[in-house]
Amino acid sequence: MEECNNDKNSLQREIMSYNFAINDLVLYLDTHPNDIRAISLHSQYAGKLDMLNKKYEELYGPLTINFTSQENSNSWAWSKEPWPWERSVN
Amino acid sequence: MYYYVKNLQFPIDIKHRNPELAKVIVSQYGGPDGELSASLRYLSQRFGMPDKNSKAILNDIGTEELAHLEMVGTLVHQLTEGLSIEEIKRAGLDVYYTDHGLGVYPQSAAGLPYNAVSLAVKGDPVADLTEDLAAEQKARATYEKLIDLSKDDPDVVNVLRYLREREVVHFQRFGEALNGVQEKLYQHNQFYLNK
Repeated sequence: MEECNNDKNSLQREIMSYNFAINDLVLYLDTHPNDIRAISLHSQYAGKLDMLNKKYEELYGPLTINFTSQENSNSWAWSKEPWPWERSVN
Repeated sequence: MYYYVKNLQFPIDIKHRNPELAKVIVSQYGGPDGELSASLRYLSQRFGMPDKNSKAILNDIGTEELAHLEMVGTLVHQLTEGLSIEEIKRAGLDVYYTDHGLGVYPQSAAGLPYNAVSLAVKGDPVADLTEDLAAEQKARATYEKLIDLSKDDPDVVNVLRYLREREVVHFQRFGEALNGVQEKLYQHNQFYLNK
């Protein structure tokens, strides 16, 4: 069980890292819209994040409301997992 | 439109309750230079911006500030969750507890409720972006004071250091946006500020 939590935490940290990198690149690109190196990094990170988000959703539950993984579920997945301000998820 | 992402922007895991710290950190939730002010300021000012870069940067920094508001609220929540009445009284949190319990209320460290006079919207891009530069510096300075007050708890200091660093990045981006606005609006004008 603990190993499972570690896997979940490390995947979550990886997702948070990509979210952060993308956000910081977005601010940079807002004022440097012609920097092709930064544009390419943004695309690369966004692709990776998309993949990690899908993986997380399949294994542990949705991170955003537009999730598709609950077709065969009989309970509401969005509110099942803890919220980010709760101590246990970080 | 907005939708929620079920992650904090930076991980927060506070192991030790500390009502004294919560009392001062709440200022970055609803105080004059806090994250509620920051998000409302930028997301309101964006409507008056003249060019692509300034519209984008106000929108995107304003959005990031909402994530910071959530982080500061999380700090206050985790620092106070489960406090006993004795701990509340000993820390002088009883005056807050009377009106708000252990909920997270937007107020300054001195207890003033959130007030939108802490921000301005002039509908003038130079005035607004210049205010934003000052706002980022005031927020940076506030985080430095909070770091001084939080030295005993590395879990708290790490979060505050992250938030402080973001103010530095935002200051840089607002400076770039202001330069862009001035170049475009005043390129035939030899004066720094005149229209």
